[in-house]
Amino acid sequence: MEQFIHDLIGNDLLATIVWCVLPLVFILGYAIVAILAEMKSASWFQDRLGPMRTGPWGIFQPFADVLKLLMKEDIVPARADKILFNLAPVIVFVGAYAAFAVLPFASEYVGADLNLGLFYLIAVSSFGVLGIIMGGWASNNKYSLLGAMRSAAQIVSYEVPSATALLIVAMMVGSLNLQDIITAQSGGFWNWFILGGPKSDVVLASGAVIHADIGNFVFLPLLLATFVIYYLSALAETNRTPFDIPEGESELVGGYHTEYSGMKFGMFFMAEYANMFLVSAVAAVVFFGGWQSPWGITLGEALDIPVLTLLEGVFWTAAKGFFFVFVMMWLRWTLPRLRVDQLMYMCWKVLIPASFALALVVGFIVVIR
Amino acid sequence: MSGTLVLFTFLAIVAVASALLMVTRLNPITSAMYLILNFISLAGLYLTLKAQFIAVIQIMVYAGAIMVLVLFVIMLLNLEDEDALYEHIPWTKYIMFVLGAAFIVEMIIITGLAGAPVVPAMSPEAATIGTVEYIGKALYSSYLLPFEMTSILLLSAMIGAIVLAKKRFP
Repeated sequence: MEQFIHDLIGNDLLATIVWCVLPLVFILGYAIVAILAEMKSASWFQDRLGPMRTGPWGIFQPFADVLKLLMKEDIVPARADKILFNLAPVIVFVGAYAAFAVLPFASEYVGADLNLGLFYLIAVSSFGVLGIIMGGWASNNKYSLLGAMRSAAQIVSYEVPSATALLIVAMMVGSLNLQDIITAQSGGFWNWFILGGPKSDVVLASGAVIHADIGNFVFLPLLLATFVIYYLSALAETNRTPFDIPEGESELVGGYHTEYSGMKFGMFFMAEYANMFLVSAVAAVVFFGGWQSPWGITLGEALDIPVLTLLEGVFWTAAKGFFFVFVMMWLRWTLPRLRVDQLMYMCWKVLIPASFALALVVGFIVVIR
Repeated sequence: MSGTLVLFTFLAIVAVASALLMVTRLNPITSAMYLILNFISLAGLYLTLKAQFIAVIQIMVYAGAIMVLVLFVIMLLNLEDEDALYEHIPWTKYIMFVLGAAFIVEMIIITGLAGAPVVPAMSPEAATIGTVEYIGKALYSSYLLPFEMTSILLLSAMIGAIVLAKKRFP
């Protein structure tokens, strides 16, 4: 894929820039779709029609919303810390965008095929919270500050179970490379980690072999629980309902982005949507086979057309990602918001002990088998 | 100039500048932000040394978790008059100059003795030392005892924090 872009453009520097901006194009396109999906699903869950007037069936509503954000006055509070206030939305978005660098979209399309892929992902996704704290503090508003504090406490806490859940799978693969994790799940949906991982020996790109047999079904309940832990923590890390207390509008106006308007608010918004897709795509990569099709073979491979294989890979990554994004929206309009103490109880007394116990049991079985 | 040298120069300048700014800023939050910048540039420096694991850990633990904690504490404490916290001893200023001068002289002597800086070519094995696999193997074989002792130390620190935070004992 990277080679293809280089050949297409010719100029090395320009090709690299295009290569780096590709995920941004994807995020922008996805955000437009996701905003409409959120509005439409919200209205269906509440037995409404949703936006119907902007274009047929309201499909131009997200464009109108983005246009509105672009044209709104950009207000910086008089007593705000100007530099930090302006920097905060950028940092939040950078945290989300940096993670896209290692996300494999297809077998031939991954920004950087890092050996530490999963680890890097965990590291940079913890970065966005700095932007949230900066924004909340620099606004010089008590609601913003409270929202930022809650967000920091929440994200730092929920990072522990989510990272542990991801490491459980990394333990089974024996590699932190995301492509290796996907390769380990090749051959059909019954080999996905959500269903216990590979059922026959797998050879990774590095030449290492994962020894596996039908007995891997013992992992099924364990990995199912791991996935639930990961998904709940991911939900909390992206500040989505039922864990959206940092921006609980009934108590905190708007939380850390109370004072933001115009496109800076838009950046926060986009970062949230990018993060939603990111954690969903990571769930897809780690537990649901990433770019693998559910039946293990692709049309492109069967017909020997590399471009079709690539497109199919991107399709499956996006489809699985979008599905979990949709589940997030579904939960948002179904469940009420948690209280702060319930949130912390959930993390420290339920998810963290459970994830540690799962890591111990899975590690033990992996070693003795 | 090779690419690595350009990277090193850039990252080193950012690291030193952010460290200086961090010490000299009056606002603790601004200082903390420069500290984060410093940590990130250090992570970049580790990467140029092929220590990927340390680089990622540097971002995850220091720039991520620890700095969030530091910012949290700064915001919660909301220091109004920091001067009251300092103990003003008149002659500290002079000691500072003496120590600083001593440090510079030391640096000059060390670099003078070593001669012109020679950067040895990186051996092929050096690249493997920074990987997760290598560090994991080393931690769980040759350094098992120190590793376990560190874990126990951290555990006891954690229990200690909980005990201190609890006001009354049952």
